[in-house]
Amino acid sequence: MEVPILKQGDYLIASIQAALSDADLLRLRDDLAQRVGRYRSKGVIIDVTVLDVMDSFAVRTLRSVGQILKMRGAETVIVGIQPEVAFAMVQLGLSLTDVWTALDLEEAIAFLNRLGRADESHA
Amino acid sequence: MLDGVTIPILSDQDIVAARQSGRAMAAKLGFSATDQICIATAISELSRNIVEYAKEGEIHMAPVRAKDNGLAGVQIVARDKGPGISDISLAMKDGFSTSRSLGLGLPGTRRLMDDFEISSESGKGTTVTIRKWLR
Repeated sequence: MEVPILKQGDYLIASIQAALSDADLLRLRDDLAQRVGRYRSKGVIIDVTVLDVMDSFAVRTLRSVGQILKMRGAETVIVGIQPEVAFAMVQLGLSLTDVWTALDLEEAIAFLNRLGRADESHA
Repeated sequence: MLDGVTIPILSDQDIVAARQSGRAMAAKLGFSATDQICIATAISELSRNIVEYAKEGEIHMAPVRAKDNGLAGVQIVARDKGPGISDISLAMKDGFSTSRSLGLGLPGTRRLMDDFEISSESGKGTTVTIRKWLR
């Protein structure tokens, strides 16, 4: 199951459409690492609304996505973690570091816009 | 009464199949959305241990009724004939791992469920049994 990645301005949006195997998640990581360079993206939003399980592998992979994209000059925002999924992740002992989180796509775009403006004002 | 289901675990694709079956069974048994997700996540971790440490094994899930208080629930048994765990108490500590995973699998899985039992023999394999009760 390939994850479609859309370009919107300075950002990339990866909308997960169905349950992902480990191999699918690794392919998404590699695709994003390539495309932030190709499109000179400043932010990447990954929509996980449809995922009903975020286990240790999924969380580890998303954290590595955050680290890799940071090295490529882009921020990563995870959106759409469902309340039940968040509960299970906490019980399992997982924490989603190295990425930002937002409730939904709209919040994520607003957040990235604010980050971008803050960057410019420091320049 | 629902029939039990056995899912062979041979690859990462099977991890997805196992947790989806687990969630479906939990839903049919009347578990809340949160419990369904906890059960599916626990199955995902146990299946992952099979793929990572033993290469192959199976997940068996079935409805169960408690002998002492008559509560209904679901029981999941993860079984493999892999290398086994030489020190179970060490493997149950948060943060311990001999593989490349986060090492949260077993203690985290125990927190997701009501019951957790593990038996393992070095060189012979590992069996983990977990249960959650409808309350």
